Amino acid sequence: MPSLKDLKNRIESVKSTRKITKAMQMVAAAKLRRAQEAAEASRPYTERFNAVMGQLAASVGGSETAPKLLSGTGSDQVQLLIVMTAERGLCGGFNGNIAKLAKTHAQKLIADGKTVKIITVGKKGRDAIKRELGDYFVDHVDMSGVKRLGYLNAQDIAKGVLARFDENEFDVATIFYARFENVVTQHPTAQQIIPSSFDVAEEADTTLYDYEPSEEEILADLLPRGVATAIFSALLENAASEQGARMSAMDNATRNAGDMIDQLTIEFNRSRQAVITNELIEIISGAEAL
Amino acid sequence: MANLQFDLVSPERRLASVETSEVVIPGADGDMTVMAGHAPTITTLRPGIMRLTHDGTTEEYVVLGGFAEISATGVSVLAEQALHRDEMTQEVYEKLISDAKELYKKHEEEFENEPGPVDDAAKLIADMVAMGTHIGLDSEQSNFG
Repeated sequence: MPSLKDLKNRIESVKSTRKITKAMQMVAAAKLRRAQEAAEASRPYTERFNAVMGQLAASVGGSETAPKLLSGTGSDQVQLLIVMTAERGLCGGFNGNIAKLAKTHAQKLIADGKTVKIITVGKKGRDAIKRELGDYFVDHVDMSGVKRLGYLNAQDIAKGVLARFDENEFDVATIFYARFENVVTQHPTAQQIIPSSFDVAEEADTTLYDYEPSEEEILADLLPRGVATAIFSALLENAASEQGARMSAMDNATRNAGDMIDQLTIEFNRSRQAVITNELIEIISGAEAL
Repeated sequence: MANLQFDLVSPERRLASVETSEVVIPGADGDMTVMAGHAPTITTLRPGIMRLTHDGTTEEYVVLGGFAEISATGVSVLAEQALHRDEMTQEVYEKLISDAKELYKKHEEEFENEPGPVDDAAKLIADMVAMGTHIGLDSEQSNFG
């Protein structure tokens, strides 16, 4: 049976924990709004980009001279997995879910006899898969210094990936991130970015474009940008998902702390009452003995 | 005269979505002016100034690479990086110039016997300098030192 003082200390400690989780929840809510706005702002670009790319890919894609970024290297032996997670924890299952998806994916590829290479973005995912897949790591992108996610961050990652592709270091690249659905639901997603796959434009839209310079040149210019764009939107989705996951995790934590305080307070009051009753009995029995 | 729908988007935000009658686009192969009824065209951009004219007023945007999709009724510009003319201060400009020069130096070392990337980087600097001159910003030195 804990003493009254112990109980009091427990209650105080849970109370300050609740303050922290509450504050974290509010910070996450504010950040979530900003992250969502950023994701929203990037959407027009991504949509138009993919529409144009789809058209270009449809008209050039079939030819033999199509860039390798589009048609692939003709093999899928070496697989590059880009695992994007958060730099910080305390966000529920966010990091774990992405890591788990990447892990099962990697293990399946390894079982199929493929060569796997892994680039991690964000510290938490790296730590989560290090024990089992640490031997396959080829690079790590540290995002801890990034305050506000910009297109430049995505470009840097894309540049590194494309340089590896040019060196023939891999055949297929897949990114892993969590797609933001709402505050409580984020879907861990795997998306192949090299060779690029674009939804071929629907039949209705068959405008014939003039190209300046040539179709091939434009395509060669745009494909690397497509990689950066895909990474950028994944980063944004990830940022929103992370804050959403943290917000609901912290909301739960705050509520649990509240429940715990209630319980402890009841226990505290009971013990206090027991102490008082005890003292009374002692006084009364002492008086009777006289 | 019919109007064009002009959209300028960068990956980070939508800069403009307005009606206009005339747009000058800094295409990779040269400037071109687009008016309503233009043949559908897709062109890549070089760093330069995009000028909208509507009802006698003009508005200018600085774009750094990307591409434009032109149809008979509108222009969508997907710029890698874009700024309103007013946001283009001397500081921002100097940063861009120094970035371009850095790239040039790097390519010069990296691709010693391949003129391609070096020339591209040199052209980037030239484009930047030309753009700066156009909007009255000083590039300090236009040589590639």
